[in-house]
Amino acid sequence: MAEADFRLGGLQISLRWELRQKQTPLLSAFTLLAVLATGSLCVGLAFLLLGVDPLFALGKIFLGSFGSLYGWKETLTKGIPLFLISGGLCVAYQAKFWNIGAESQLLMGAVWSTWFGLRFGESVSPGLGIPLLFLVGFLGGALWGVIPAILKVRFGMSEVISTLMLNYVAAEFVSYLIVGPWKGKSKYGYPYTEDLPKHLLLGTIPGTRIHYITLALGFVISLLLFLLLYRTKFGYEVRVVGESPEAARYAGIDYVRTAVSVMIISGGVAGMAGVGEVAGIHHHLSYPGNISAGYGFTAIITAWLGNLNPLGSLLSGLFFAGILVGGDAIQISLRLPAATVHLFNGILLFVLLLGNFFLNHRPVVHIRRR
Amino acid sequence: MVGLIVSTFHRTVMAGTSLLLGTTGEIITERSGILNLGVEGMMNLGAAAGFIVTFRTGNVLWGLLASLIAGVAAAALHGFLSVYVKVNQTVSGLALTMLGVGLAGVLGKPYIGQQLPVKLQAVELPLLGDIPFIGELLFHQDALFYAGVLLSLASWFFLRYTRGGIRLRSVGENPKASESQGVPVQRIRFLCTLWGGAFAGLAGAHVSLSYSTSWTEGIVAGRGWIVVGLTIFSLWNPLRGMMGAFLFGGIFVTQYILQPLGVPPNLLAMLPYGATLIVLLLDGLRKDKRSLHAPAALGEPYIR
Amino acid sequence: MAGKNFPKKIQIVRMEKISKYFQGVPANRDIDLTIRGGEILGLLGENGAGKTTLMNILYGLYRPDGGRILIDGKEVTFRSPRDAIRSGIGMVHQHFMLVQNHTVVENIVLGDGEAPFFFPQRVVERKLLQFQERYGLKVPPWAKVWQLSAGEQQRVEIVKALMQGADLLILDEPTSVLTPLEASELFSILRRMASEGHGVVIISHKLEEILDLCHRVVVLRKGEVVGEAETRAVTKEELARMMVGRSVVFSFDWKPAPKGEVVLQVEGVSVRSDRGILAVKQVDLTVHRREIVGIAGVAGNGQRELVEAITGLRKVESGRIRILGKDITNQSARVIHAEGVAHIPEERIRFGTVPNLLIYENAVLKRHHFAPFSDVLFLDYGKIKSHTEDLLEHYTVAAPSIRVPMKHLSGGNIQKLIVGREVSAGPALLLASHPTYGLDVGATEYIRKQLLKRREEGEAVLLVSEDLEEILELCDRIAVMFEGQIVGTLDREEATVERIGLLMGGVRGNG
Repeated sequence: MAEADFRLGGLQISLRWELRQKQTPLLSAFTLLAVLATGSLCVGLAFLLLGVDPLFALGKIFLGSFGSLYGWKETLTKGIPLFLISGGLCVAYQAKFWNIGAESQLLMGAVWSTWFGLRFGESVSPGLGIPLLFLVGFLGGALWGVIPAILKVRFGMSEVISTLMLNYVAAEFVSYLIVGPWKGKSKYGYPYTEDLPKHLLLGTIPGTRIHYITLALGFVISLLLFLLLYRTKFGYEVRVVGESPEAARYAGIDYVRTAVSVMIISGGVAGMAGVGEVAGIHHHLSYPGNISAGYGFTAIITAWLGNLNPLGSLLSGLFFAGILVGGDAIQISLRLPAATVHLFNGILLFVLLLGNFFLNHRPVVHIRRR
Repeated sequence: MVGLIVSTFHRTVMAGTSLLLGTTGEIITERSGILNLGVEGMMNLGAAAGFIVTFRTGNVLWGLLASLIAGVAAAALHGFLSVYVKVNQTVSGLALTMLGVGLAGVLGKPYIGQQLPVKLQAVELPLLGDIPFIGELLFHQDALFYAGVLLSLASWFFLRYTRGGIRLRSVGENPKASESQGVPVQRIRFLCTLWGGAFAGLAGAHVSLSYSTSWTEGIVAGRGWIVVGLTIFSLWNPLRGMMGAFLFGGIFVTQYILQPLGVPPNLLAMLPYGATLIVLLLDGLRKDKRSLHAPAALGEPYIR
Repeated sequence: MAGKNFPKKIQIVRMEKISKYFQGVPANRDIDLTIRGGEILGLLGENGAGKTTLMNILYGLYRPDGGRILIDGKEVTFRSPRDAIRSGIGMVHQHFMLVQNHTVVENIVLGDGEAPFFFPQRVVERKLLQFQERYGLKVPPWAKVWQLSAGEQQRVEIVKALMQGADLLILDEPTSVLTPLEASELFSILRRMASEGHGVVIISHKLEEILDLCHRVVVLRKGEVVGEAETRAVTKEELARMMVGRSVVFSFDWKPAPKGEVVLQVEGVSVRSDRGILAVKQVDLTVHRREIVGIAGVAGNGQRELVEAITGLRKVESGRIRILGKDITNQSARVIHAEGVAHIPEERIRFGTVPNLLIYENAVLKRHHFAPFSDVLFLDYGKIKSHTEDLLEHYTVAAPSIRVPMKHLSGGNIQKLIVGREVSAGPALLLASHPTYGLDVGATEYIRKQLLKRREEGEAVLLVSEDLEEILELCDRIAVMFEGQIVGTLDREEATVERIGLLMGGVRGNG
């Protein structure tokens, strides 16, 4: 694809891809639309191959998530962790620090806040306890996220590998806690911890599962991170480091400080999402798969789709939450397995990659007479 | 007691064979410089393809072939994007995982709970299988085990003692220097990615055709990620990969044996991932950064 | 050890009327060159003279835009280095193409088409020992390349070329990474090769080496051949003059001015290069207010490392650096900048800008954390943007708007913006590294005027440049660097092209 040469009659035709000089907003918008359209097309095709009417299925997905009040409620619920995590990932990715450990950072936030809630929950008021819960969750995620940063600057370890491995370490740790030392005595053999004290549970909007405090946090933090990236000195340094490490050095920007800081932010924010899931949805710690539910991975896609802009990733987060909910809907009605949503995510991510390529490269055709 | 040892050993081999196959393939891919995080997806596809085809044809060989093709096809997607379009390999690999896990789950839905009419049987090697004790341990295993071991040895030999192996390693260390010597960097990288996919596919086939009794959703259960870790843990050496595969396989198996003794199985399950980090950390302590074991150009798109 | 079929070596290579243009700029213009087997030819010239380009054409890396190449009377066309290698031409580049983590043997196997598939190492080891016998090329076969010294790595490259059948060997600035001992070892090897009938071409800017080693020398300047001689019949002075050309017309902007206080003081500074050897050896240097001190010399003699040491981008091994009396040795780049050191970097796009960010974001690249551009947390975009508008105006930077990505600007405008950025902060010391390299006439003129203006306004300027015109036009004092040391310092009145040329070529002063 990168290069192709062939002959046609008396002509020599060659195809090359060159880096684009200009990327107008029009081009970006067009590419985004093209990505969504192609993605939908591919997904529709996948449905077709699976013997399902694509239009019906696609329709069901969008109606399921955005076509009814219930759908919107569920979409917002699923969007909450995505809003938080992808905002943090935007920051890390703008520094080109590839954090794929958001799953585990969420889990560690959940773990720490569960510990806090169960240990101290009875002795604090909700006014004090809930903010502390989030603080503790932030710390849990942040500390877990800082580990890969240190591993990179001190030992040169690729953050892709370290965050990936730590994902599984954390998952096993949670599994250990829920069947071992933290197993809830009142849970009749289920691998859950005890429930958090009632007054520390996050309130939900009546009639929904939307734990509004976390939702508000999601919006506020995304806004703050947007301001951070584009309005503060620190954000400026993050962007310079990501765009040109050489220029960053020349400019006197300290890479170590930047790497550690973005991981504190990214990990901490994911940790807060973990608090939301435990205190707002499940009310106790349970299987890691249930708590983190792939949000950490999905958030990678939403951050990218949002062009690494925390506000943009709010929109893409909403969109993907819709896909998750819609996926659930067709799972039930069309009896498709839960894995279907992974299939869609994969297709969309591939289409996104190609879209990025087209955004950055343009085809150049040379025709010469032989 | 002896019976316990033998059966534990058998189960370790059972558990480790798919890890062995996957790791040996991924080592080749990564040695050429391409990072393929899609192993879990490729293994899932191999497992599904293998199961479905075996189920419908009643013939395990067709199943194995199908899983091999499935792995190669999946890898081709990632390979094309990584080598020729030069996208971010991390993202492409993750996308492949999602795609593979999803597609396998969807395709396998109708078969949940079903059992195979035939499975991949253990083959007793003549002569070798008759050796007392050792014969029973080592030479009463299924064909994929033998294939895996042979492949691992062959890969090690290839990488170290043949001209092709040297060229492959050079492509992963310094593609520019290799290109200047006339080595076709892109072609080699693409082929190595396909090779890794073939063996990921077979690794998945082992899970569904030999290890498990029936198809379940999530049958591969994260083995692909262990393979990714194992590749690093082995410091990209196929022999170490083989040892590691059975070591980690052993952990899988002994998890539940040790449980009644008070060892939490989950903490044990952490070991493969933690060990990988430690190995990599120790490697990173080397004084001269140029002597690290990781292929120097791993994961970096090569732009001519 | 000749090409595949024939033990006979290349007798004569002729390059006739070779021309090569890069985006309209001539790198080689109608060059005729003859190389004979058994002869060591020196290709002399400054950077940018076209020597490397010419040899890259011979090695098949570039296609000439005009002219032809004949080997033993037959015309040849090389589409890639493989063709050149097959015709018996080998090249050892300045930057080695070796796989650091592999052994010497493995590196040779990589390019060896004749090595067997199984156990190639053994065969290659044997061949290697044969070479050691024949040419005195000692390399430890089983060492990893990263463990070898630069000289040994170079030998591996030479062996690689020879084993691929090179009759004619081209070496690009071979002694730039060698110690004097290694250099003389190399010379014995090359002499031996020549006596065996190989042709050797040495690209160099070092006069004494060329006179020592080569039989003949061809001098290139600005893409053309300006002189040719047998080395026993020519003097250093004559070569130096050919290399750098006649004196140039001075501009009239320069007025003598009384020197002010000492701004930069470099005392006995030594700095290591990336390879680990000393690139800067015990250098002393002072720059005062109201003066421009130039560091002349061919690039690669330690200038870059010295500049990086002063600006805090590289560690100083020994010695002290002071700005206005304050010791800044080994402080961070940020601190040094805060002390009043501005830096126009050598690779302006890669280090001096963030191409994908917008112009106004680039305009505050090193000063973003100072007032008025930011307070405790936030950037003040209002002030940043108006500052950028000022810069664009004052420094006549042509840009459609300040909201455009930096990479849209032309080289000249980028540099003007960088100069403006660095200078507008009113630094005590301005360090300009090859500031007009690759710029058009207008931008060049402008930048030079700016440097003079700084001097007028009482700043200290340290100018590193290979452009002698520029050095002579602008500087109060000229220090010449060669092999990491300052081999001579000349005042403006006593500086002539010939004297600088000699120093640049490594011929130390007579006094």
